[in-house]
Amino acid sequence: MKEIKAEQITQVIRDLCIEANCHLPKDVQNAITGGRSGEPFPIAQSILEKIEENFAIADQDNVPICQDTGLACVFLEIGQEVHIEGDLKDAVNEGIRRGYVEGFLRKSCVKDPIDRVNTGDNTPAVLYCDIVPGDALKITVAPKGFGSENMSQIKMLKPSDGLQGVKDFIVKVVEDAGPNPCPPIVVGVGIGGTFDKAAYLAKKALMRPVDERNANPFYEELEKEMLEKINALGIGPQGFGGKTTALSVNIETLPTHIAGLPCAVNINCHVTRHKSAVL
Amino acid sequence: MEKKITTPLTADMTKDLHCGDTVLISGVIYTGRDAAHKRLVELLQQGKELPVDLKDAIIYYVGPAPAQPGQVIGSAGPTTSYRMDAYAPALLDLGLKGMIGKGKRSPEVVDSMKKNHAVYFGAIGGCGALLAKCIKKAEVVAYEDLGAEAVRRLEVENLPVTVIIDSQGNNLYEQGRKEFLAMEK
Repeated sequence: MKEIKAEQITQVIRDLCIEANCHLPKDVQNAITGGRSGEPFPIAQSILEKIEENFAIADQDNVPICQDTGLACVFLEIGQEVHIEGDLKDAVNEGIRRGYVEGFLRKSCVKDPIDRVNTGDNTPAVLYCDIVPGDALKITVAPKGFGSENMSQIKMLKPSDGLQGVKDFIVKVVEDAGPNPCPPIVVGVGIGGTFDKAAYLAKKALMRPVDERNANPFYEELEKEMLEKINALGIGPQGFGGKTTALSVNIETLPTHIAGLPCAVNINCHVTRHKSAVL
Repeated sequence: MEKKITTPLTADMTKDLHCGDTVLISGVIYTGRDAAHKRLVELLQQGKELPVDLKDAIIYYVGPAPAQPGQVIGSAGPTTSYRMDAYAPALLDLGLKGMIGKGKRSPEVVDSMKKNHAVYFGAIGGCGALLAKCIKKAEVVAYEDLGAEAVRRLEVENLPVTVIIDSQGNNLYEQGRKEFLAMEK
């Protein structure tokens, strides 16, 4: 049994909030640079250059890449041999509070969706916990901007809609979103499970590096095919036209019911942020 | 085409700004997003005066990150504009001439822009660190309780934007995509 103190978790989450918001993951940086070198449309090239300039400034000056420092999504993979001393949820939220206040990050969370008063410290986190074998605790902080979150959709397809139904839906979501989610985007897709689990899978898919394909060859091919289709739409960076509409399509799947084919598409902007640590 | 303008933005100036133009804005602009727009339009409905004069003004749809010590303002890129569509025509009728944001606008907003000779500019979404460098001064002028959503008076120097919808209603999102797809054929 491994003992982890709640205070340790708080400290790690504080640091991850700041790290994730100021330093874009290398795989996303490379995908943007790769997109620019393969981009035939001049205005699109110049937008991608500005985007590169922006993440370099953020990296160097330790300032947020984007002012929307997101709703704080936290994924915990808790080893079943781990014992946490203290209140886990309180520890997570205290980490978010310190990260967003001490890191000069924007507080974008309202306490009630109708009443809409800001909580002032970006708490509470959107927290997902998974129990895994072993004695480690893996913590991932993924600040999620809402310009892109708002462009996400879920559909309960029929089994008869099949693969074509899934493909059409993914393209439709990107087409509907157009310039709104700050393309070039990363497209997270969750297929299967239940209504809620499909949405969770789509979010989880966004945690996978954009240069890593699905391990299943069928879905690897589907990811590549969908990226090609999306980049033939012509939306382009910022929607000003161009090839680089998406940087990656990441698909995750789960078993589902005989009557269903849930499909969720979670859109992320080019500022696809996440940072992990293991205790 | 690259153009430089200094606020206030008059109807004489907007007629020379065309869809696709790159524009460097200098002078005073105001920030406002969801919550501030709601309050401004509620004031209008009550027949009350607004806390800022919007005649020939530009509103930047932004909720900046807090300034770090030594900074004027934190990262400050545009937010998605369609959420302000319900409120924008009422402000355009007051003389608002420019809006800076990102993403699509409703037909009602475009009609009101044409009627009021206004322009919709796009700043690059997700480039808040870069855009903040063009902001030389920032002060809250209304709704301080809204935090990031408060109305701020910004002094900007060469803030880079692109005309997305001009005062004739021409739209870069439609034209740019069409041009790219024609090139690819």
